[in-house]
Amino acid sequence: MEYTLRIKRYNPDQDVKPAFKEYTLDLAPTDRVLDGLNQIKWNHDGSLTYRRSCGHGVCGSDAMRINGRNRLACKVLMQELGRRVTIEPLIGYAVVKDLVVDMDQFFASYKAVKPYLIADDSPSAGERRQSPAQRERFDDTTKCILCAACTTSCPITWTNENFVGPAAIVNAHRFIFDSRDQGGAERLRILNGQSGVWRCRTVFNCTDACPRGIEVTKAIEEVKRALLYEQVV
Amino acid sequence: MAYHRFDAVIVGAGGAGLMAAIQLAGKANIAVVSKLYPPRSHTGAAQGGISAALGNTEEDHWQWHMFDTVKGGDYLVDQDAAEVLAREAVDAVLELEHMGLPFNRTPDGRIDQRRFGGHTRNFGEGPVRRACYAADRTGHMIIQTLYQQGIKHNVNFLDEHHLIDLLFTDDGIACGCVTYEVKTGEIHTVHAKTVLVATGGYGRVWKITSNAMAGTGDGMAAAYRRGVPLMDMEFYQFHPTGIYKLGVLLSEAARGEGGILRNGDGEAFAARYAPTLGDLAPRDMVSRFIYQEVKEGRGVNGEDYVYLDLTHLPPELIDEKLPDITDFARTYLGVEPKTEPIPIQPTAHYAMGGIPTDIEGRVIRDELATPIPGFYAAGESACVSVHGANRLGTNSLVDLVVFGRRAGKHMLGFIEGNALPPLPTDPEFAARAQLADILSRPKGIRATEIREEMQELMMDKVSVVRDAAGMTAAKERIGELRRAFANCAIDDKGTTYNTDLLEAHELGCMLDCAEATIEGALARTESRGGHYRDDYPNRDDANWLAHTLVYRGSGGLEMRKKPVTITEFQPKERKY
Repeated sequence: MEYTLRIKRYNPDQDVKPAFKEYTLDLAPTDRVLDGLNQIKWNHDGSLTYRRSCGHGVCGSDAMRINGRNRLACKVLMQELGRRVTIEPLIGYAVVKDLVVDMDQFFASYKAVKPYLIADDSPSAGERRQSPAQRERFDDTTKCILCAACTTSCPITWTNENFVGPAAIVNAHRFIFDSRDQGGAERLRILNGQSGVWRCRTVFNCTDACPRGIEVTKAIEEVKRALLYEQVV
Repeated sequence: MAYHRFDAVIVGAGGAGLMAAIQLAGKANIAVVSKLYPPRSHTGAAQGGISAALGNTEEDHWQWHMFDTVKGGDYLVDQDAAEVLAREAVDAVLELEHMGLPFNRTPDGRIDQRRFGGHTRNFGEGPVRRACYAADRTGHMIIQTLYQQGIKHNVNFLDEHHLIDLLFTDDGIACGCVTYEVKTGEIHTVHAKTVLVATGGYGRVWKITSNAMAGTGDGMAAAYRRGVPLMDMEFYQFHPTGIYKLGVLLSEAARGEGGILRNGDGEAFAARYAPTLGDLAPRDMVSRFIYQEVKEGRGVNGEDYVYLDLTHLPPELIDEKLPDITDFARTYLGVEPKTEPIPIQPTAHYAMGGIPTDIEGRVIRDELATPIPGFYAAGESACVSVHGANRLGTNSLVDLVVFGRRAGKHMLGFIEGNALPPLPTDPEFAARAQLADILSRPKGIRATEIREEMQELMMDKVSVVRDAAGMTAAKERIGELRRAFANCAIDDKGTTYNTDLLEAHELGCMLDCAEATIEGALARTESRGGHYRDDYPNRDDANWLAHTLVYRGSGGLEMRKKPVTITEFQPKERKY
């Protein structure tokens, strides 16, 4: 079936500003958008540039704006999109080239919330015990693949480059609500600051954007509640 | 150019590379090079579990795990290595838990365990619950946890740096590597006392594969080009349950939790071939069962696929324990696994072979196991050999953490005892020449044409079932494709994020891996584990209870045999 991909192209070595370029391709309705991009790159124009790796929605490389929504190119099939598809880079980070954006700020924000288990008690010979219910408490936020779809869908991120953004909060949540972790207070202090959770205006774009189905806004609200009521339950 | 000096450079930021990095962090000055961002590494796509004889839900012993690993590998496993794997798996899994890995739990709060193919109680009596897991995203949780630890320990990451070449002194001592910084096109010399290659597999050589697009054998090819042999490359695992046509993996955990394979007649055929383990027989066997069913006309609608049936499982079990893979079936096939069977076919999945190492992770240069000073390898890119002729499910993750950890610890000792070796003259020369060669050709064949033909050729001639005629033809054609590659041209000549250039470079690496695979497969005139030949259908211990080493020298390819280490378990017929 014939599809037209309208792709925002930009190569800093030769272009003054980004411009759309159209490609008409023969694709199956069950092909992924990534298959369309590959077809262009491999058969027509090798200079088309995008990140990709696993091809099935678990590595987080190929988040981009597809018909105005942040999606993973490998997790959206052509049949969901109509015959004319617009593809742009994520918004909020500088474009390196075509659909590749600079991820430095994203990973810096992630690192800022201390995204690792903080537990100074020396563990016993076996595993630390954790009940299935305690484990379930933070299950949703363990699914994050750091694709940046949520953070770059957030209008607060677009206007305030200091805001840590939804993805960093999700990863803080993953530890704050882990019964084994003792660093919750430290992380809550960070998230209570100028660039933390209070910048969130509950727009829900992040929840809509998450390709892993994480209830991102809910996680942010749980962190806010932990700060307000000084309890982590 | 840019120059960096470290005690250790680790190439590859998957499970093995990061596990090694964590051993060294804070004790030595190290860098971790990744062509992606570390959490994007393919370890993250592993699903079902990581085995360790914790005995949390039923009796288990590491000796049983060791036996299963040896038998699963059709007795080509080096048994000293299998002992290390099974024994240290217990500690390694607990260490992951201590680092924060969110395993599923038993009602009393211990790490939960489930069944997996080829893992048995009491030396083969029946299935055992040995696989520790985090839903069906165990690999995701491992890569996340290890990356988090890397951040905690301030590991120096060189993200989006592509390995182009490995560096050795004139005396053959490892002294670093050359990388290409993707964002800027700048070449970097990373000068180091020790080098660990942990760059993963090369599944992209085949058309239908579960591997990420990054799985192009870069580290293996770089070593091979520098005269390091590749070991047991003929043993490449086809996982039985890939999504039809797409190749995306549906974990063996689906069968561990009770899923059943059915042919076009609706028959649960696995038990006909493997009476004791049935659907939980090792992967090489189940892939051949499927091949046989399809060949005899019992594929679904006479086509080349069968069904993975989960419809009899409780829906809440599917949601709790297999959420991701059932989501893949919905997304890519439009199939609801709770009510419909899933079309599957074998998919190229895992390299048992690779860069040969000893049990400390040191790369060895010959059949006498002579180590190359300062040079280490771990994970899928290495061959210890713990997987022999066929890897058991979950043992890849065990391999990563156990031997990544051992390599890291051994590197630390090496760093303390050795000075920084000198760089060779003009260390970037070969790397620059390789890339300049591709960039300089104004016109030529597209890399795509070569890549697609290679992938179809390997799928057709060098996959689940092989023979001399097919492989001889494949060898000849790969040779021609290699020559065609020397004339390939690309569209993008720029320096900013040039993935056109890197994909061409990766194609060169894949052609090297394909060449070594065929060389081993043609030489090995027997069937064993994942290497099955129609023309030599039986195992031949008299001639082939041995590893193969393939070298590429100036005079062409050279093949040598290396003896298998046997300690506890004498080779027997492999039945399940």
